[in-house]
Amino acid sequence: MAMTNGGGGADPKRPRRRSSGGKRRPVSVVGVLGELLITAGVFVLLFLGWQVWLNDIIEGAAQDKQAQQLSQTWKAGAAPAPPKAVGPGTPVVGVAPGNAQKFGILYVPRFGQTWERPIAQGVGVADVLDKIGVGHYPGSAMPGAVGNFAIAAHRHAYGGGFENLHMLHVGDHVYIGTKDGWYEYTFRDIEYVKPNQVNVLQPVPMEPGVAPVDRILTMTTCNPFFSTAERMIAFATFDTWYPYAEGAPPEIATTVDQVG
Amino acid sequence: MYGALWRVLPGPWWVRAIILLIAVAAILAVCVFWIFPWIQPYVSPPPPETVSN
Repeated sequence: MAMTNGGGGADPKRPRRRSSGGKRRPVSVVGVLGELLITAGVFVLLFLGWQVWLNDIIEGAAQDKQAQQLSQTWKAGAAPAPPKAVGPGTPVVGVAPGNAQKFGILYVPRFGQTWERPIAQGVGVADVLDKIGVGHYPGSAMPGAVGNFAIAAHRHAYGGGFENLHMLHVGDHVYIGTKDGWYEYTFRDIEYVKPNQVNVLQPVPMEPGVAPVDRILTMTTCNPFFSTAERMIAFATFDTWYPYAEGAPPEIATTVDQVG
Repeated sequence: MYGALWRVLPGPWWVRAIILLIAVAAILAVCVFWIFPWIQPYVSPPPPETVSN
């Protein structure tokens, strides 16, 4: 990079072929300082590229991998005989595990046919959102339960599970897989709120004190990109569920089969 | 600095270029696998993503 430059014409002794720099060795302080500053600038740019792009891909792949492993565990541990048809409409509701324990997989066909992320209990940044991907708000309902199943994930970098949350179309399906089966929700709308507006997590979002009747899925993430100024809240409502023994819903069957 | 480095390296230009390429690759690897993850929490802490009081 800095191999040209240097001596130029000041080389009276003898013409050297590789005269770049020539005999001129006085290292100027300004020159070295300049090169150090350029190096520092390149380092910062590399870090940014790593942060928003390369590491995002690396961590996203690692989170996918965790979801696949979880899926394999369920497959291995599944009861061979189908249970007496529980039937849609009466979903089995699991019990929330301990903090940072994985219990579910999020499938969003709109995000891609191979897209999936593991869901763990808790919304700690370091232990859940960074390392696992999607976190379940403690105290909110479990998938399929009457009330509000509320989850959070990163919007940008760190594997950015909800990077494309704003791309959802009304009517898109969102699936939560657990060892009991797959819960199908339909995306309804998005709200943009202040970070302290916790009432989106209530059993009936933004309706304090109202007893829940519906089964709701709430997804929270940062908004806008690269900012924490607001939160984007995506709401979905429960449609039906597919018991594990009866196989995955058609819309995500290939994902579950091929990716896990 | 870099000019001096180029002069110190042995061999014809393409040998120096190969040495430098390997060195750059090694430095990048060290950055990506150790230095960047280490400084990330200090310069760019992950945002909370959650709603909370």
